[in-house]
This record gives sequence, structure tokens and C-alpha cells, in this order.
Amino acid sequence: MGKENKIMELQRTAARLRLEMVKMLKESDTPGAHYGGSLSVMEILTALYFHTLKIDPANPTWSERDRCILSKGHACAALCTILAERGYFPRELLKTFNHLDSPFGVHPDMHKIPGCDVSAGSLGHGLPIGVGMAMGAKLQKRDFRIYVVLSDGEMAEGSCWEAIMAGSHYGLSNLCGLIDRNGLSLDGPTSQTMTLEPLSQKIRSFGWNVIECNGHDIRQLVDGLEQATCEDGRPTMIVADTIKGKGISFLENDHTWHYGKFDDDQYVQVCHELEKKLQEIGA
Amino acid sequence: MTKKENTRKAFGQALLELARQRDDIVAVSADTYKSMRIDLMRAEFPERCFEVGIAEQNLMMVAAGLASTGKTVFATSYSIFTSTRSLEQLRTFIAYPKLNVKVIAGLGGFTAGIEGVTHLSMVDLGLIRCIPNVVLVNPADVTATAKAVKAVAEIDGPAYIRIGRDDSPIIFDESYEFSLGKANLLEDNGVEATIIVSGFMVHQALEAVRMLKEQGIGVRLLEIHTLKPLDEKAIIDAAQKTGAILTVEEHNCIGGLAGAVAEVLVGNCPVPMGKVAVDDIFTESGRPDELRIKYGLTSENIVEKTKQIIEKKTN
Repeated sequence: MGKENKIMELQRTAARLRLEMVKMLKESDTPGAHYGGSLSVMEILTALYFHTLKIDPANPTWSERDRCILSKGHACAALCTILAERGYFPRELLKTFNHLDSPFGVHPDMHKIPGCDVSAGSLGHGLPIGVGMAMGAKLQKRDFRIYVVLSDGEMAEGSCWEAIMAGSHYGLSNLCGLIDRNGLSLDGPTSQTMTLEPLSQKIRSFGWNVIECNGHDIRQLVDGLEQATCEDGRPTMIVADTIKGKGISFLENDHTWHYGKFDDDQYVQVCHELEKKLQEIGA
Repeated sequence: MTKKENTRKAFGQALLELARQRDDIVAVSADTYKSMRIDLMRAEFPERCFEVGIAEQNLMMVAAGLASTGKTVFATSYSIFTSTRSLEQLRTFIAYPKLNVKVIAGLGGFTAGIEGVTHLSMVDLGLIRCIPNVVLVNPADVTATAKAVKAVAEIDGPAYIRIGRDDSPIIFDESYEFSLGKANLLEDNGVEATIIVSGFMVHQALEAVRMLKEQGIGVRLLEIHTLKPLDEKAIIDAAQKTGAILTVEEHNCIGGLAGAVAEVLVGNCPVPMGKVAVDDIFTESGRPDELRIKYGLTSENIVEKTKQIIEKKTN
């Protein structure tokens, strides 16, 4: 498949998985879900899991696999949808999402979900772990790469900046972070909660290669991820501009939908809108 | 049908009342001002509410700095973060200098529920109990929460209050007596044993005492809302009068109420002691009530364990 066709296919995959995720959450009858951040991160995860990552779903603990850490662990619903689609486990198992004894829940559990490398959810920890993994790979001259998907809100955690310093200090060109920059956290706009801007400039000043892109544009994400692999001597951070609640009109850019549940009428509207978006991009 | 209300809201309302009366009251949150109901105070006193973003270590340090300028600071986040992630900051920069910071820790025990292992706070009471100078309170419901908030505002120095998340059973009415460091004898049906309970499990313990009474077993129910300073006299008295103790808590079996009570008993009045608490494991994601059932925090288990400890006493 030519590259352009592949890109379009991935764009359609992300749109389709948005709808699948919403249906999965409804079917599981979860008391609530982190819709906003799970919808905003879908293209990022699609680009990683269907284009970039060197992984083998039949062998989730393959020692030479690329590592992918969902540091913004509350987007676990999106991750589970992606992993099921990628073949790590049967999609039907997601019916138990958030049920007692289910492997699948609000935050990913590395002991329970095939393909999950870190039990993230306590924000600010994915990047430091990623740094450690990258250091281990570099020390042993192993080829696997490390990818960390962060929320912008969690960039307020000091531990992120400790990791950014260390990533630069140790020249971890095998490490690539992606920030799902949707501009919102639990309490509201990040600009009001804790100012992050100028975010790219800050990370760049710590010695990282920084790429800014539209986080819903698969082509831009793929280009950025490919560029990161060409770096020699410094890690890369992709700052991806996204929309929290992407794809659903009454969720987009509304921080109150960080976590919630659709009533029956809302669910009908949600499915209608996401299906319409699928048709628009020719899925 | 048991009436329920929200302990986070009870805190927020109590804080607002305090803020209206006192200019020295300020609040700090870590992307939690809405979640922990500081929005109520912020609506009237925005200049006295500070947000630090998702940054719990900064939360504690900023609280310390504010307190050092003469403010009475309420610092809020979730208990897993306030008791583990920023424990060093609490210990060294608030407890050691005895600064006037009151940490209000939501989502305590199983109330974090479906958030799972990363958020379930089952060791907070044990950890905070080991920090010198910190008054540690574990209120059972909204009434107790409101009184606890106001009580810690009156003392000079650090305090930590563990509260819940969703609406929880209202156990006490306004006649409930709350005095820091003083245990409450909630029920006195006899001297076969004393159940000593702290926090959310008071609801299940009251039910267990009723069930035991129906079975002809008369026990006392002693509530310990303040784990530090501990009402050692009340614990010793319970041991002397009834000769058998069962502790009940929504916490790891190590370090919390069970440990606190055992430490008092062993040197003063060693008696058979049992415990209803969570095994020393990480547990999992689930609805809070489901988790309580799965991990043995039920009235039925309290009844069973009480009978066992009475039998041990008798033998």
C-alpha cells in the first residue's frame, strides 16, 4: 500500500476506533469513563500502534519490542480499544471493562493487560520510567525504542521535568515523548490551572528535539515519529495539538467531560456524530 | 433506605464557613479544587484559593510556605498522593516545623474504587501515623467530617483528615460529639468484647453490633476517629472491662488502627485481639461496595470475627 493510502487508512482507523470505544463503554455499562482525554489521544495511539511500534501482539513480552507507555493512564479505554484492534486480545473481553475482576479498567494494569508495559495512572511517572528503559536499552546496545504518551496537564508534575533533564543528560535518542496537548485538565484550561506555555520552548531549552504538530493529523504524527528516529544524541518530544473530546460536538473543548457517562439520548447523538465523521472520511 | 451525603462536599461547606469567619484561612489544590469542593470557598474568596496544577509535591511545599507567613492552610488532593507521593514534603517541611497546614485527603480507602491500584489508598493511615506532630483524623461520615475540619482549624499545627469520594451513609446527627483525641462509645450492649472501629466502617460495625445483640451477644462499640493522638485510656479501659478486642478499619492490616490498638494493649493490658482489615495485598479496581465485600469488610465478617475472639478469650 502506498504511503498516502496507508496514512488515509490510519486516519479512518482512528475515527472508527473512536466509535468502537464509545460502544464498548456503553456495552460494559461502566459507571463512567474519561471520555475527553480518551477521544483526544486516538490518532496518537493509532499512529504508534499501527505504524511506528515494533511489536508482536502474539508475543507481548518479546524482549526486543518497542516500549509504549501511556503515561496519561486515564485514557485506558482508548488504549484497550487499540490493543484489541491490534490483536493483543479478543475484543469481546472488553465487555467487562470496569467490572470487578476484569483486567480492563480506568487505568491500565501491567499485570493484567497484554501489551501494557506500565501501570500508569498516577500522572507524571511515565516519562521517568521511559528514561530508565531508554538508558537500559542504550547501555546494552539494544535496538528497541521507547515511546511515552503524556497529557499536557501532567506536565505540571515536577517528575516530568526531572525526566526531561535526565533524557537530555543521557542523550537518549531512542526515547520519544508525545504530549496530547488538549489544553484542559480536571479543573479547567491548563492556562488557568498552571501555565505551561511556552511549552515547546521550555522542552527545547532542556536539550530535546521538539516537533509541533496537529495531533489529529496522522500524516503529521507519522512524519514526526519518523523524524525522531533520525535523531542522534538527543530525545524527541512531539507536542501534538489536540481537542479534548474530539469527534463529539458537546464534548469538544469542555473540561467537564474529563470524566462522565452518557445518558441514552446523548449516546444516540454521540454514535450519530461519530458515524457521520466516518462517512466523511470515506470509512 | 440509608440516607447518603458526600464527605467532600461536607468538607467544602465547612471550609467555606471557616473562611467567612476567619481571614487567615486559605486553600491550596492540585487540579482538585472542584473535585475536593474548594469551589465553594473560591466562589466567595477567590483571592484566598490557590491552584498549583497536577503537582502534589508543590502542593505541600506551597502550603508550607503559605503557613509560614501566618496563614491557616487547607491543602487538598487524593489520599494516595498526599500520603505517598508527597510524604517527604509533609514530613520535613510541614510536620517537622509544625506548620499550620491541614491536609484534606479525598478518595481514602476503597472509595477510589474503579480508579484501581494507582489510586486506592490503603496504607495512608499507617504512613501518616508514623509522622511526628501530625494530628490524624479518620471521620466516619459527613457530620464527623464537618466537625473534624472545624476542630483541626482550631489547633496550631499540622493535621491530616482522610475522607471519601461518593455519597456515603449518614451515620451521626448534630448531637454527635467530636473532640480531637477522644474516642466515642457508640454502643454498650454488654461486656463480651469491644469492637473498636475507625472511619467509613462505622456503618458496617453498627450493623454488626445489632446482629450480635439479636444473637444474644452483648458487645461494646468504640469509635476512634482520631488515630493520633490516640485515646489510649479508652482502649485500655475497653480491654480491662471486656477482655477481648476486635479492630475494624478500611485499611491494610498493617500499620493502621489494628497496629495502633495493639501497640497500646501489649504494654498495658494484653488481651486477645482480632482484626477486620484488608490483607497485605494491592487489591484491584472495582466499585467500593464490591471491594468491601470481596475483601471482607462486611458486617457479617465483623460478627464472625467477634465470635472468634470471644471464644479465644473464653478458652
